Amino acid sequence: MSDAVPAPQYEPERERRLDEIRHEAERLGKLQVVSRRPAGAPFPQASPENGYYQIPLLKQPPWKWEIPLYFFVGGAAAASGIIGAIADYTGADRELVRHARWVAAAGSVISPVLLISDLGRPERFLAMLRVFKPQSPMSVGVWTLLGFSGGAAAAAFAGFLQDRYGASLPVRVLENAGNAASLAFGLPFSNYTGVLIGVSAIPVWNHNAGELPIHFGASGLGASVGILELMGHRKSRALQALGLGAAIFETLEGIRLETRSDEALEPLKHGTSGWITRTGGVLSGPIPLLLRTASIFAGRKRSATLRRWASWSAVAGSLITRIAWMHAGNVSAKDWRLPLQSRPQPQPEEAIQSSMEPLQNR
Amino acid sequence: MSVTAFLTDSTLCIGCKACEVACKEWNGVSEDGLDWSGYSYDNTGAVGASTWRHVKFVEETPVPGLGGNVGEQASWVFSSDVCKHCEVAGCLESCPTGSLVRTEFGGVYVQPDVCNGCGYCVTSCPFGVIDRNQSDGRAFKCTFCYDRQKVGLPPACAKACPTESIKFGEINHLREVAAERVEELHRRGMTDAAIYDPVNTSVGGIHAFFIIRGDERTYNLPPAPEVPTVYLKKAWTSSAIAAGLLLGGTLLAFLMDGDAR
Repeated sequence: MSDAVPAPQYEPERERRLDEIRHEAERLGKLQVVSRRPAGAPFPQASPENGYYQIPLLKQPPWKWEIPLYFFVGGAAAASGIIGAIADYTGADRELVRHARWVAAAGSVISPVLLISDLGRPERFLAMLRVFKPQSPMSVGVWTLLGFSGGAAAAAFAGFLQDRYGASLPVRVLENAGNAASLAFGLPFSNYTGVLIGVSAIPVWNHNAGELPIHFGASGLGASVGILELMGHRKSRALQALGLGAAIFETLEGIRLETRSDEALEPLKHGTSGWITRTGGVLSGPIPLLLRTASIFAGRKRSATLRRWASWSAVAGSLITRIAWMHAGNVSAKDWRLPLQSRPQPQPEEAIQSSMEPLQNR
Repeated sequence: MSVTAFLTDSTLCIGCKACEVACKEWNGVSEDGLDWSGYSYDNTGAVGASTWRHVKFVEETPVPGLGGNVGEQASWVFSSDVCKHCEVAGCLESCPTGSLVRTEFGGVYVQPDVCNGCGYCVTSCPFGVIDRNQSDGRAFKCTFCYDRQKVGLPPACAKACPTESIKFGEINHLREVAAERVEELHRRGMTDAAIYDPVNTSVGGIHAFFIIRGDERTYNLPPAPEVPTVYLKKAWTSSAIAAGLLLGGTLLAFLMDGDAR
């Protein structure tokens, strides 16, 4: 009889518990001890402090892994496009120009693929191109991405033609048009993703609406410089300067986030999302900053090694930073407290009266 | 066409969920799963992609019965939640496809044949109403029964409500009805009755307002909802600064770099 209920064993702990209950009942005439609770208990009550049973007011962003990866790829591609165009204008190393353009072109092909695959209805991607809405950062972003993709592809293709068949007037025109579009669209494309999530109802994002674009722009620049240096450009002083600049900005951003006290920033400091944010921050800011500073004073060979490590750190840091912000957004949306806390200036009773005023005026 | 509105009076709601059923039947909305939540008799939790009307069950602390020998009983306040159809709607502003539109009745409507499921509206709704249906891919919310209104019929929920807790009508008229009702409730001693309609916020008022008792936060109604477009200026300023720094910095870095030539 294997399925029979086993006979109870004498367990001192359980017998002691029964005695305890008996003594309390004798002493008080009732029991105050907490016994077994139903699963999930105690259930919160609906109240001004708990909101509605602590059920989150806001919906979580429905985006999957493609979107943070897109933020990373797009940011690095945009900065590469700008570096490619300016390096070309200033007559820098031809190899650097070519590599920067290829990174930009590759990124501008991968970006739309990631974006489209995250859509609920990917086959309807073109619906985005029905309208241009300046008040919608996503609409602005889609058109910017489109312009940048064209520019980056034109610049890379013109560079390829020129290397292969030599310079000619049509190629020069194409190259200049590509450069101009890479610059014009690349500049907003490099940081609009910060606007995209800053302009939202998610507290941790909209509380940083004024800083996210600069933060994301610096992150993209760090990643782009890192990728180009890993492709072999570890002697370029321009890239070194840009890498240093990005690392300084990211370090300052980390300090700002850590020192600013704002309840909405909690997901960036506590729990899993907090650790992801800190890991991304340290890899994007202080580590490349230290390694690059050291590489300035180091010998030739050692300098290249230090810069390679700085590059790996910055590229990983940029990717992790984008994941961190997305994760923090999800955590923030699940917090029922913040959207209910922000009280308007007039006190509740006045607010009710003022909401009735328009009626009286009518 | 006149602008229409919902007035949902929680002091009349009996929690029958007829509005939820009527909405699902008329609009062909799928079920939400059959899970016990443990939160009173509310097993749906909130409005969402497959819940366009949602009855909230605010369970009050049990009070001793009036006769003294009547057992302690739980009591409830019910309130049927719905898309607020904001005057300035975050979802509508953010939609990059133009799928979300303002109808001639003043409601906010998702055109299902245009929506491509980008999900940006979900992050833009300060009331957490619109959501992406994961199996379908598109975003859904209350349509304000646009199809019914087109032919002069009231929305399904308002028609099915047995206590006229859900009132439907011309917006200014309903605002007067709401004010009168609150005055009457105050006269009858329910001094905590109030209208929820955040007209003094960036949302600029809603087309589905509520009469509730007590603190709006108990019903998950935000005291100060903000339409995300208020952050546009700050964010694009930051974007412009970032672009300027990136352009200037890159130019400077390459111009100063003599070795690269």
